[in-house]
Amino acid sequence: MVHNTQEALLEVKKLHKDYDGLTVLSDVSLSVKKGEVIVILGPSGCGKSTLLRCINGLEAIQSGKILLNKVDISGSDTQWHLIRQKIGMVFQSYDLFPHMTIIDNILLGPLKVQKRNKQEAREHAEKLLHRVGLIDKINAYPRQLSGGQKQRVAIVRALCMNPEVMLFDEVTAALDPEVVHEVLKVMLELANEGMTMVIVTHEMDFAKAVADKIVFMDQGEIKEIASPVDFFQEPSTERGKQFINMFNYNHLNKERE
Amino acid sequence: MVNNLHLYREALILTLSLGCWGILFSFIIGLICSLISYYQIRGLKRIVSIYIELSRNTPLLIQLFFLYFGLPQLGIMINSYTCAIIGLTFLGGGYMAEAIRGGLDSVSRTQVEAGLSVGLTQSQVTRYVIFPQAMAIALPSIGANVIFLLKETSVVSAVALADLMFVAKGLIGMYYKTNESLFMLVMAYLIILLPISLLFTFLERRLRYAGFGR
Amino acid sequence: MRDLGVNILFEGLNMQRLLEGLWITTRIALISISFSIVFGIITGLFMLSNNKIVRLFSRFYLEMMRIVPILVWLFIFYFGVTKIVPVHLSSELVCVIVFVMWGSAEMGDIVRGAISSLPIHQKESGIAIGLTELQIYTYIIIPQAIRRLIPGAINLATRMIKTTSLAVFIGVIEVLKVGQQIIEYSLLTYPTAPLWIYGFIFSLYFMICYPISVLARKLEMKWQH
Repeated sequence: MVHNTQEALLEVKKLHKDYDGLTVLSDVSLSVKKGEVIVILGPSGCGKSTLLRCINGLEAIQSGKILLNKVDISGSDTQWHLIRQKIGMVFQSYDLFPHMTIIDNILLGPLKVQKRNKQEAREHAEKLLHRVGLIDKINAYPRQLSGGQKQRVAIVRALCMNPEVMLFDEVTAALDPEVVHEVLKVMLELANEGMTMVIVTHEMDFAKAVADKIVFMDQGEIKEIASPVDFFQEPSTERGKQFINMFNYNHLNKERE
Repeated sequence: MVNNLHLYREALILTLSLGCWGILFSFIIGLICSLISYYQIRGLKRIVSIYIELSRNTPLLIQLFFLYFGLPQLGIMINSYTCAIIGLTFLGGGYMAEAIRGGLDSVSRTQVEAGLSVGLTQSQVTRYVIFPQAMAIALPSIGANVIFLLKETSVVSAVALADLMFVAKGLIGMYYKTNESLFMLVMAYLIILLPISLLFTFLERRLRYAGFGR
Repeated sequence: MRDLGVNILFEGLNMQRLLEGLWITTRIALISISFSIVFGIITGLFMLSNNKIVRLFSRFYLEMMRIVPILVWLFIFYFGVTKIVPVHLSSELVCVIVFVMWGSAEMGDIVRGAISSLPIHQKESGIAIGLTELQIYTYIIIPQAIRRLIPGAINLATRMIKTTSLAVFIGVIEVLKVGQQIIEYSLLTYPTAPLWIYGFIFSLYFMICYPISVLARKLEMKWQH
């Protein structure tokens, strides 16, 4: 056991969430250190997206705590719009604002919420757009962009707020296979630069490449937390094994002559 | 017939002015009602639904008669011009509320969440994210309501206003120049309604370019 | 004074006459709606025709009925057309004629909208499993089209009921006219007559139209697959 003095940036303690009488999250605890990349895996309906949404205050919790920099943000009096400046979130449906140009999409938060200097914010936005290779689309409208481009803009929009941690909710699930790569590349670069990230994804190879820790969830509970190497080679739980096998067709073969 | 053109012109101006006030006030009422509905403000929500049902299920003519002939009995005297505007506002408010509400509902929940995730407060989300999109989506319905209200002004002669119908009827009765009078009548309404119809079609197209609507 | 006021509704034959007037209103509406449905389906098919000219004409017809206020159409027919036609047309008949013309145009648009909104692969699925054209229409297209057009049709019916109030302008003795007459001769004895009579007529319209609106909304929600 390595004695780690680094403090946790984001902590989830014994989270419990019900919805319509059903338990969606049960006794969920998680700890994310600064610079760590956590990938949450699990079958559909296991609660991984819900967990992410709870962290960002988009879903209410019945009991448990969420701590950001040791500060409890799960109280009923939390001013979420302030907290969300520190937590960036990118959605599966990208949800760029269709009635604004790309640059306006990106600058809405910095200008209206953080009240930053217009010049400074614009330079920051342009720098980020350069990095993801979309500077030429700066004055375009979202509907003129492809899915992969929109998702990269969504990431830039979140980054421009200078968050301390980024949440990614199945961001490549709605994309054509060819453009998935360009988005994952951006995420990988972010990880290499030291951004703290919590990622929910179905892309197994990507999870293997980017994660510091794999969190495996099933039916609202965390079943395993392991390093990617450990988890993908030999999951320690039965459900974990079943899950890995779902992506493996080696034991299923069409009978051929 | 040319001598009577000025009568038509004055009536046209009256119809337009009634229409404009009616449209303006019903838009304001509709906006307030739809926001109350959308944000489910308790207490007022019930009143708003009752109002919308009342205004949408009764003819303007009855509303006018009630206001103009009925209210004086309670000591409230309104002149016909004001009465017509109140009637149009009452009627139009319900329709506008439904149109705007439709727009508000069409903005997906995920848009709101995306706005919140960037740190906007609820009221900022309403102002910058929901409202522009809602208005653009509601524009065709709002346009239809504008045209509807302008046509509805044709009943105000019942409360002694010298509008286009009144002028046409009078001229037919006095000079028996039925065909010309009717022709002028139709022309007058077309002059008002066709440009507005075209204006809204143009606006819808412009907004669609800028990414609003579907 | 209030008590004295509301009694006007129950005085003498007033209630009976009001309800008779209501019957005239309802009759006009029912006849107009029925014919509008029939002609509306025909008009709708014209609007869907492959012939560009037929489509253009039907579109022009629709726009004319929509942009010119119904009251103006009533005037045109009552003051204008009745002079040309050799047969005597009662005001009620003029009303029905105008309403049917308006109703068929609107109904036609609703029918056109319902049929053209059906996804093309509905028809293609039918062809793929080997149905004839007639079978496709009977089992796939028509049932779905009917579901889509009923909310719009009911909405149109409600609008027509409300528009029957315009009949008073061309002299039809419907409920509003009856109300006016009662008020005229009762004004001395019942100064608050207008309040009660018009208030009553207001609630009559509401009691007829509101249930229909609610029905339309329920159907729309039920069939929202």
